[in-house]
Amino acid sequence: MSELAWNREALPPGAEQDAVIKGITGEIDDKGFVVANLDKIVNWARTGSLWPMTFGLACCAVPMIHAYMARYDLDRFGIIPRGSPRQSDVMIVAGTLTNKMAPALRKVYDQMSEPRWVISMGSCANGGGYYHYSYSVVRGCDRIVPVDVYVPGCPPTAEGLVYGIMQLQKKIRRTGTILRG
Amino acid sequence: MLEEALRATLPDAVLTRDRYGAELVLHAPRERLLPIMGILRDHPSLAFDQCMDICGMDWPERPERFEVVYNLLSVALNHRLRVIVTATEMTPVPSVTGLWPSATWFERETWDMYGVSFEGLSDQRRILTDYGFEGHPLRKDFPLTGHVEVRYDATLKDVVYEPVKLTQDFRSFDFTSPWEAMTTLPGDEKVHLNRLPPPPPPAEEVKP
Repeated sequence: MSELAWNREALPPGAEQDAVIKGITGEIDDKGFVVANLDKIVNWARTGSLWPMTFGLACCAVPMIHAYMARYDLDRFGIIPRGSPRQSDVMIVAGTLTNKMAPALRKVYDQMSEPRWVISMGSCANGGGYYHYSYSVVRGCDRIVPVDVYVPGCPPTAEGLVYGIMQLQKKIRRTGTILRG
Repeated sequence: MLEEALRATLPDAVLTRDRYGAELVLHAPRERLLPIMGILRDHPSLAFDQCMDICGMDWPERPERFEVVYNLLSVALNHRLRVIVTATEMTPVPSVTGLWPSATWFERETWDMYGVSFEGLSDQRRILTDYGFEGHPLRKDFPLTGHVEVRYDATLKDVVYEPVKLTQDFRSFDFTSPWEAMTTLPGDEKVHLNRLPPPPPPAEEVKP
């Protein structure tokens, strides 16, 4: 075929459109392939479908919910909140982690499948925050689980959390590997 | 009015008011708490059908160091009353769960935070603090940071409890310093106009 009949005119369904489709059918048979690094593809897939375990512990859950809702709409990043740790890639620790909750948080983290990440959201999760000297609060959730991204603020804005998630995506792109961690 | 109704139905009740004179307080002797509460709930001119809250107070310098405070509400008559009884660690307060079933969790919380026990409370367990917690954290002699902190131990694969080691010391604020004592911020002078006046001195000392 010397020249391809491009469907430039946005043809309606009919004989003319069928002719265009027939003209390009078979054009990429036996010669189309894509060359890419497998780990880049894997990282692209991972950053594009970060399913978070929603761990809203206190008031920081409210800006996290804002980030999920229509204005910031984390769904467009492929970020869909999950109710089960077995379906989750990232845990957003949003709020005050108390001593009583700490074993439960660790258990949920242990149930998440590899690869997994943790975002610590807000002052309380980062370092105890307002309750740093309290008898009942863990002085930072990094005493319980390894944290990848700390989002500061009391509470952080929804934009702040979205920025933290984008930083996590950047971290995954730079350090992610298909090897088991 | 509520005060006249109280004086008519409970002639020997000790009634005071709060520092602003707006809220009525009834000081009940501990051994007569249940009959008084029954009258407060069932008498038609009082009709306190809801127990909104039960909480505690700790006054270490008093001979009976604890107060248990009941906040009652009458929906039917639209009035409120605060009932206060005193207690110690060794003297249980009669439970009002037979009158208001909602009091169960409030009394458990008071037990948890202050160590005041309740006689007749069917389920006297801790409600808020950690499993195996020792002490009663809202007592004045309980240290703010408590006694234990938690950490994940990678070798034990478990969350472990350890004695508190503060990595950051307490901050002591120096309010005589010109840098930390700036209570009026530039442009915010009008904030003082909206403040409530200081309350008048207490009218009478409470003698329960």
